[in-house]
Amino acid sequence: MTHAFDFAGHALEARPSGALFWPERRWLVVADLHLGKSERMARRGGSLLPPYEVLATLDRLEAEIAATDPEAIISLGDGFDDDAAALALPDMLCDRLRGMAWNRRWIWVSGNHDPSPVCPRLPGETVDELADGLTLRHQAGQGPDVSGHFHPCVRLAGERRRCFLVGRNHLILPAFGAYTGGLAIDSPVLAGLVPQGIAIACGNRALAVPVGHPMRSGTSRRRS
Amino acid sequence: MTLPPEFQDWFAAQGWQPHPHQLDLLAAQGDTLLIAPTGGGKTLAGFLPSLVDLKDGHKGLHTLYVSPLKALTADIARNLARPVAELNLPVRVEDRTGDTRSSQRARQRVDPPQILLTTPESLALMLSYEQAPQIFGSLRRVVLDELHALAENKRGDQLMLCLARLRSLAPGLTATGLSATVEDPRALADFMGGAAIIHADPGPEPDIAMLATARPAPWSGGGGHYAVPEVLAEIRQARTTIIFINTRAQAELFFQALWAANDDNLPIGLHHGSLAREARQRVEAAMAAGELRAVVATGSLDLGIDWGAVDLVIQVGAPKNVKRLVQRIGRANHRYNAPSRARIVPANRFEVVECIAALEAVHEHDLDGDPRGPGPLDVLCQHILLTACAGPFDADALLAEVRTAGPYRGLTRAQFDDCLDFAATGGYALRAYDRWQRLMQRDGLWRLRDPRAVRELRMNVGTIVEAEMLKVRFRRGGGLLGEVEEGFAATLVPGDTFLIGGQTVRYDALREMVVEVTKQPTRQPRIALYSGMKLATSTQLSHRVQALVGDRSRHWVLPPDTADWLALQEKISTLPQPGVLLSESFPFQGKWHFALYGFAGRNALQTLSLLMTKTMEDAGLGPLGFIATDYALLIWSLDAVTDPAPLLDREALRAGLGDWLGGNAVMKRTFKNVAVISGLIQRNMPGQRKSGKQATFSSDILYDTLRRYDPDHLLLRITADEARRGLVDFDRIEEMLDHSPHHDHRMTGRVTPLAAPLLLEYGRVPITGAGRDRMAEAEAQALMAEAGLA
Repeated sequence: MTHAFDFAGHALEARPSGALFWPERRWLVVADLHLGKSERMARRGGSLLPPYEVLATLDRLEAEIAATDPEAIISLGDGFDDDAAALALPDMLCDRLRGMAWNRRWIWVSGNHDPSPVCPRLPGETVDELADGLTLRHQAGQGPDVSGHFHPCVRLAGERRRCFLVGRNHLILPAFGAYTGGLAIDSPVLAGLVPQGIAIACGNRALAVPVGHPMRSGTSRRRS
Repeated sequence: MTLPPEFQDWFAAQGWQPHPHQLDLLAAQGDTLLIAPTGGGKTLAGFLPSLVDLKDGHKGLHTLYVSPLKALTADIARNLARPVAELNLPVRVEDRTGDTRSSQRARQRVDPPQILLTTPESLALMLSYEQAPQIFGSLRRVVLDELHALAENKRGDQLMLCLARLRSLAPGLTATGLSATVEDPRALADFMGGAAIIHADPGPEPDIAMLATARPAPWSGGGGHYAVPEVLAEIRQARTTIIFINTRAQAELFFQALWAANDDNLPIGLHHGSLAREARQRVEAAMAAGELRAVVATGSLDLGIDWGAVDLVIQVGAPKNVKRLVQRIGRANHRYNAPSRARIVPANRFEVVECIAALEAVHEHDLDGDPRGPGPLDVLCQHILLTACAGPFDADALLAEVRTAGPYRGLTRAQFDDCLDFAATGGYALRAYDRWQRLMQRDGLWRLRDPRAVRELRMNVGTIVEAEMLKVRFRRGGGLLGEVEEGFAATLVPGDTFLIGGQTVRYDALREMVVEVTKQPTRQPRIALYSGMKLATSTQLSHRVQALVGDRSRHWVLPPDTADWLALQEKISTLPQPGVLLSESFPFQGKWHFALYGFAGRNALQTLSLLMTKTMEDAGLGPLGFIATDYALLIWSLDAVTDPAPLLDREALRAGLGDWLGGNAVMKRTFKNVAVISGLIQRNMPGQRKSGKQATFSSDILYDTLRRYDPDHLLLRITADEARRGLVDFDRIEEMLDHSPHHDHRMTGRVTPLAAPLLLEYGRVPITGAGRDRMAEAEAQALMAEAGLA
């Protein structure tokens, strides 16, 4: 079940998968896919992680496209773990990405991991940022803007979950990629960007929890 | 070899007489295993052949001593210094552990001492150096201390692989194992790769008995607080007492209860693994200096630290394991030829029977222990990678060498090839890393593709994977209180109170991986549970308990109240007998209750409860919850279980296990350990997680991905194999079914005496359909309402 909310005067939907849907435009926005992460680690002489994260991420993204039938798909930066990872993507997966983009716009916003335009085998165009009603960029800047980069996470009922972080000036998306870690929303950098607002936790359903609000009854929070 | 005259003189000058087993070891040829009780001069016996052999000098490393504890290596270095100096031996003794300075390490590589004291992890690291053949080529002897402790886990498997490597580098070398009393010395000798066994005189029989108390043990619970007055009286009479308690939380609570009644202000300390290292060291130092009259401790004190003054051991709670009890008793009167004194305090009525059964086993010298499985493959994966760090290797030669290690004697070619393939390519069904293999074959030899990998692999040496611990600090200034497991911290909500370091504190916040708390002296702690792993009672001891409970003619050995309790059980239902699996169904408080007396240990019975409630759910019996102890399980439900046979069908249980394990937290934790040890992921280094942006991600993601896309992967197979033992303990369920093939089910119409304590136990597990989501939803709603947002 999705969680609908307003940000900077626009009605948006946080989907349980970690994708953002903008119904008015029919845009599907996903941040930090980090495709090719296992390949990059192997190339650098590191661990040989299970090489299935691109498959896993594309499986989930395909399900989101099927569910929302978007007009445009926006990858909000760090779509690839580095520029070489985009070049190294097997043909079969490039074909699959082109299939997913068929009859829709696909926009790659560049991130710190993948600054250059994507390789010609992939669908879509590359931009530094999008300013069209809402500003969409990889890393939060002059607000209000929608961004990714930090991989926010929240603790809920003893579990760590990826989450959207919604403040007055910044909407920060969770990482959509399969092999991505997370940064706690009370870490200094995220607390600085969103001192007060809500976090929307991902999972089987999207669940909103308050961030930085004084609790009415102090320490007597209910245990569940 | 015999003892040379100057050594005889030195012994005489100390007023010592060499023990017969010390001379036996000196005379022995080839590999030996010395079994001696604590305080039997074991370590000196281990070094004597080296010192004698070294009196005429030796170029390079002569003897390598490996101990499970860094602290022991420092002790040994001090103890050896005196004979070396007084006998004027041309010998340098140095230690090499994780604490050794890097300049010292570098020098040891160029100019090794004659005797080097180290740990299994440091040895594995040294063997990964290119200079390993030069360092170890001159080696004559390896001394493996506390081998019984090392053999209990993967550190022992790694050590045996390293020993196999050392035997290749120094073909003539002799290995000497030193062990406390164990149930199967032959198996331990085989673990070493085969060795002659020398038994030292076991010394006098221990003085061990139940602690007589004014009040009988309560029906349930694990605190043992009813015995506090008698325990204090014992402390008063003894010089120094160690009180062993099974879990950290119980140790905290018992410590608090002791102090509440400690009118004489006897100096009593607390020692367990969750306390800050400084706090532990303070207690150890005070203990060594004779300033403490008693220490309340958990297993953190188990190993052979020298507790010279300790003359009494009190075990609170069921001993769970006879061997461990005997080794703990050995702590008391750490002097040869003086009997150890120990008293046991059962925590509840069931444990009374267990304690008496354990005492009988001690007197009969019937020690328990589960046979070791074959050497685990994740350890072999790490060994292959570390071997590559030292230089190119031939696969056939490495396989032959590995098979000389005891635990890997039966390793098949296919298993070895799987491990090599994992190390080289990741071993995935999707061959994605042809270009980026970690190891590649050139000129017939395997080597690292990218030499940069060496650093990362060496950082990951070892088989100890610590639970992620978070520091606990006072919010408003003040020192470090200790550490708690991350999983425990995650369950805390601001306002919760718990015990740590003998104080009740209130949880305020988790900030930058530090748990912030406030002192809350007046309130009772709400939660005191921060130890995930609970030791299960051993199979042999469980069988003894079952036999004692079932044999009415022997109930006279039990305290009268316990015997009366069992007599009443026989009148209302029946007593569990060996060979028979007794179960009972009865209504209580509007629900049906089903009790099964499996005597299979708490881990197995917990797994069995989960599997049975699933079958009951499918059968529409409406299970609502369960509780499992070491002896029995109790399930409550809307409808009655009238025939337990379908719930205990072996094939159905096996099938259920496969399904259930998939999403299970225990499996994920097991997988994480396997993934770290095999080198799939890096262990978290201290402080690394504070560095802001998270590059690391949870191993759960890898587990889920592998299960979905590569279900036959080697690491999943290793994980499933380990789950059969340990926390899931499915092997013990099968053992229970074999051991008790007959079912006896009674519809008793009322609560039975044996089942009554189960109704009082805490730790009940509710069965919830879509539990996690409902819990999260409720918490999220409550938070939003609290903040005025909903």
